Amino acid sequence: MDISFDLLINAIAAGLLLGAFYAAVTAGVSISFGMLDIVNIAHPGFVILGSYLAYFININYGVDPILVSILMLPVFYALGALIYQVYYLSFEKRGQEALRGLAFFFGLLFVTEVALILVFGVDYRYVEAAYIGPSIHIGLVDLPLRMLVPCVAALALFGAIQIFITRTFTGRAIMAVSQDQLALQLMAADPIRIKRIAFGLSIAVAAVAGALLIIIQPVEPSVGREYIGRVFAICVLGGLGSMPGTLIAALLLGIVESITATFYGPSWAPAVAFGLLLLTLAFRPAGLLGR
Amino acid sequence: MNTTKFALITIVVGAAVMAFAHWYSIDYLFFASYTILQFIVLATAWNILGGYCGYVNFGSAAFFAMGAYSSVFMHKFYPLPIPALFIVSAIVSGIAGFGMGYLTLRLRGSFFAIATLALAVVLQTLVVNWEYVGGSRGAYIIRPESIEFAGITINYIEYLFGLMLLLTIIALVTARAIERSQLGFGFATIRDDELAAEACGVPTLRVKLIATTISGAFMGMAGAPFPYYIGYLQPSSAFGLEYAVNSIAMPMIGGTTSWVGPLIGAILLGSAQQYATVSISSEVNLLIVGLMLVAFVIIAPNGLIGLVQGWRRAWRKP
Repeated sequence: MDISFDLLINAIAAGLLLGAFYAAVTAGVSISFGMLDIVNIAHPGFVILGSYLAYFININYGVDPILVSILMLPVFYALGALIYQVYYLSFEKRGQEALRGLAFFFGLLFVTEVALILVFGVDYRYVEAAYIGPSIHIGLVDLPLRMLVPCVAALALFGAIQIFITRTFTGRAIMAVSQDQLALQLMAADPIRIKRIAFGLSIAVAAVAGALLIIIQPVEPSVGREYIGRVFAICVLGGLGSMPGTLIAALLLGIVESITATFYGPSWAPAVAFGLLLLTLAFRPAGLLGR
Repeated sequence: MNTTKFALITIVVGAAVMAFAHWYSIDYLFFASYTILQFIVLATAWNILGGYCGYVNFGSAAFFAMGAYSSVFMHKFYPLPIPALFIVSAIVSGIAGFGMGYLTLRLRGSFFAIATLALAVVLQTLVVNWEYVGGSRGAYIIRPESIEFAGITINYIEYLFGLMLLLTIIALVTARAIERSQLGFGFATIRDDELAAEACGVPTLRVKLIATTISGAFMGMAGAPFPYYIGYLQPSSAFGLEYAVNSIAMPMIGGTTSWVGPLIGAILLGSAQQYATVSISSEVNLLIVGLMLVAFVIIAPNGLIGLVQGWRRAWRKP
């Protein structure tokens, strides 16, 4: 096959933009799965919920989707905190998170998806904003603003989380909670409270990721399922709980997927993440930057 | 009661059901009960890994579809009678179960669950891109009107129903036999404490691989006659959401510790859904299954069987 150079360059550029967005989707899972050891497979469900909220408010009141998601942060944070409380009381406290906790999140994912189908139907929905449509050309490379704006927002979000986690007491406590709960208690921090904050944060991040998603592509309720493989592949490849690792893995997956889509057709793209996940599990389960 | 006795009893019950259905002979009854039997097999298969071993498989739809598409492939490649298709599907899905297990079960427990979730998406991608088995357009399978069987002509749907009934019996007898065997005790030790099991000399990886293989094979077998049942198989129906959620919800609602749980869960949920799909809408009915799953894992962690046992104990105490 002859690979034309500017097609390749464009595929890589698009992959980087896509990868930064994947990093925003994965950031929440990196916190919940990577740091708290809560296998929140319902995460993509909350992302799609965020998309639909952004869509609903954007269409009815004309508010920018990213702004909507930032305004919605407290709501999703509270939702996340509530879910953690239920999860803690019903499963973690009784030591049943392995089987029933997983089934619980699977049920949540499923209920969100079916509820969205019932309310909005299975049609693709999209938002309107000034930056959807035009693109910037730099030399050979074509950068659609539709991808560039979410990319910048995703990187800003990712940076903010990284600073919060490494520089503040609560952030460091979140990193500590999965390693040694007793030591954390000796530092006068309640592990359950820290986990609740962290889980709320991870769901709040999902709302922002959802708004970015609906800017990038039209959304329908079952789109979330395609992200399960991607999100966990990135999380595992990056090394559980490592934020820089997550970013590198997300960019990597974005590039590989974009190249696959360009040269073999977009219908093969969902398989890439899974292949990557299996390869990682088989050869380097600790991930790129894993401990 | 030993396994032979139990097998004989289920065969007698199965024969009685078959005789009754044949006497009653309404096509809709066969159509509806086929679906319920299919769910009993799926739920039982899921429970062999999920309930006995404690490893969650979210990819039931993938294993089911693998069985269904093996049949489509054989139909185009070299048509075989359906009993032979059961074996083909069992081999294909069993190998897939083994492979998934081998790659992910050596790691932390949740990796297997995540990998099975992603498996469904990837297999669907493969099937959509595979023109030979119909691709995204789907494949038509023309079902014969009837079949000659030892000199008697029987309706084809009745034939499919009979085969599914037989498969259900095999699945239930296998599940019950596993429960009482050394293998079953091995499964239970893994579910309760894998580290302790390993320390006591249970070959955990081998035991887990046996579980994923058996479970996968039965799910594939449940899917094998599906193209003939539905007549037109497309990826979105073979990988339908209802298989993934039902095969988890049914054992969870019935109770996961014994073979009775999935059976009760599948009969209750399956018939309720047959009723709801005709009378309400299929989305509302899936929503109800999802909500029931969430409610049951929170409120009644041991399912209906657990509830009944709890009441019995409370009854005896005072």
